[in-house]
Amino acid sequence: MSKDKNTTTDIIEKEYSILNLGPTHPATHGIFQNVLKMDGEIIMDAESTIGYIHRAFEKIAEHKPYYQFTPITDRLNYCSSPINNMGWLLSVEKLAGIEIPKRVQYMRVIIMELARIADHIICNSVIGVDTGAMTGFLYIFQMRERIYEIYEELCGARLTTNIGRIGGLERDFSPKAWDLLDKFLKDFPPALKEFENLLMRNRIFMDRTIGCGGISAERALDYSFSGPNLRAAGVDYDVRVMSPYSSYEEFDFIIPIGTNGDTYDRFMVREQEMWESVKIIHQAIGKIKKEPAGIYHADVPEFYLPPKEEVYNNMEALIYHFKIVMGETEIPKGEIYHAVEGANGELGFYIISDGGRAPYRVHIRRPCFIYYQAYPEMIRGGLLSDAILTMSSMNVIAGELDA
Amino acid sequence: MEMETQLTTVQDKLKAQFGEGLISSEILADYPVFTIKSDLILEVVRFLYNDKELAFHFLTTLAGLHYPENKGQELGVMYQLHSLTKNWRIRLKIFFSINNPVVPSITPVFSAANWMERQEFDFFGIIFSGHPNLKRILNIEDMAYHPMRKEYALEDGTREDKDDKMFGR
Repeated sequence: MSKDKNTTTDIIEKEYSILNLGPTHPATHGIFQNVLKMDGEIIMDAESTIGYIHRAFEKIAEHKPYYQFTPITDRLNYCSSPINNMGWLLSVEKLAGIEIPKRVQYMRVIIMELARIADHIICNSVIGVDTGAMTGFLYIFQMRERIYEIYEELCGARLTTNIGRIGGLERDFSPKAWDLLDKFLKDFPPALKEFENLLMRNRIFMDRTIGCGGISAERALDYSFSGPNLRAAGVDYDVRVMSPYSSYEEFDFIIPIGTNGDTYDRFMVREQEMWESVKIIHQAIGKIKKEPAGIYHADVPEFYLPPKEEVYNNMEALIYHFKIVMGETEIPKGEIYHAVEGANGELGFYIISDGGRAPYRVHIRRPCFIYYQAYPEMIRGGLLSDAILTMSSMNVIAGELDA
Repeated sequence: MEMETQLTTVQDKLKAQFGEGLISSEILADYPVFTIKSDLILEVVRFLYNDKELAFHFLTTLAGLHYPENKGQELGVMYQLHSLTKNWRIRLKIFFSINNPVVPSITPVFSAANWMERQEFDFFGIIFSGHPNLKRILNIEDMAYHPMRKEYALEDGTREDKDDKMFGR
């Protein structure tokens, strides 16, 4: 066979282009780097690099008395710091065997559900922004502001809250806090309805999000997904129900689940969870009314700081104050794991105590860190614009990812 | 009571399958904890995953451990498995020497173990054999040590302006 000069038998080698998405790309809402192998607009492969804001929380925890680690947990998932605080406090209380009064447990439930709403507001409205719908984001963010005002009333801070102390809460809900909470509960449902009207059955939004970044239930379980991302794939796993803490077993709520595990399902699961959170808060307020008023911490003087005026006037209180501040409190030896349902998944604290003033070892199960490794698999074969949307709908928070 | 059932059920199954491979079992707080020979961990995890009755299909987390006083058994890893059908949570532990910190990776059973094992490699220098991509994850790649080991202090040891006698460990 003679060789035709006009045709070539060499295979043209296909060249992929490498695209560096991040670390500081405005569309990724945080410090995430993904090295993408692109075939035109299609993602062939991706590699995530993380650790840009690693702050060695687990090492720091080995050097701090237990109460000093609470403010550091704020910096995990900073969109819902109170849940992290509560997770840590509940873990330490489990280790020390502290019984928390019912009223305080219900108050904590209110705080945690408010945090969940705040977190879901951010995530869902940002999904809207990434599809090009800025309006919903601006409207619903007022409601997040209202939640932050309640935080301010409860603890004095807005973002990094440090709500709660070992043994209870730092202070009782003030009349103003109850007032703000009532107003919030009145104004939030119509605002959320309005937000849903903008996006939920919006043709553009649905076309954009359905089938985008989906994951099957089997793969999600294999990757140890938890929280709304796992539920969107169709697995009804919720720590609040499976291993209840803080009296969640007394509350009546449903676990919404999706079917496809795609961006739309994740959005819908979060929407529904916000309605459930409102329901839980209403129930908690009802329960608090039946409890004796004025209790906001357990009676554990060796863990809970006494009021300042007693420290100045009472010998016993002064000693306890000194011991707590200097980290001389007796913490039993032991090894515990305690998980709470964080806004984006199962947030667990594993503590080994050797009886010293600081934990011997702390390991934090950070839900983002675990499910973000599925990201390359979820975006492979899709468009770049879908990858952005997938990331925002997975609710990956840099602080928690890198810890 | 329920915890005892969990402990004995899993213990009996592991004993029947692995015999001497199960070193000890106990209840710590609200967790049944099983200590296993370190080279068996992959088989044990696979066995618990495939067992029809137990079906431990969810890897909650895994964490490295370091006990410098336990000579010959300095490093360890704890694995937490969750059976979603039974709602049982168990903890597996393995211990091995710091001079030869090689253990089988459980990534063939759980994809989620990939980054978790990379993190523990980064922190403790535990080498998970069979891991597809074992490199540092949170710290910088040319770091020369594994910072979560107990011999490394939190603060730079050369600093003299800070006195930790009173606060911290």
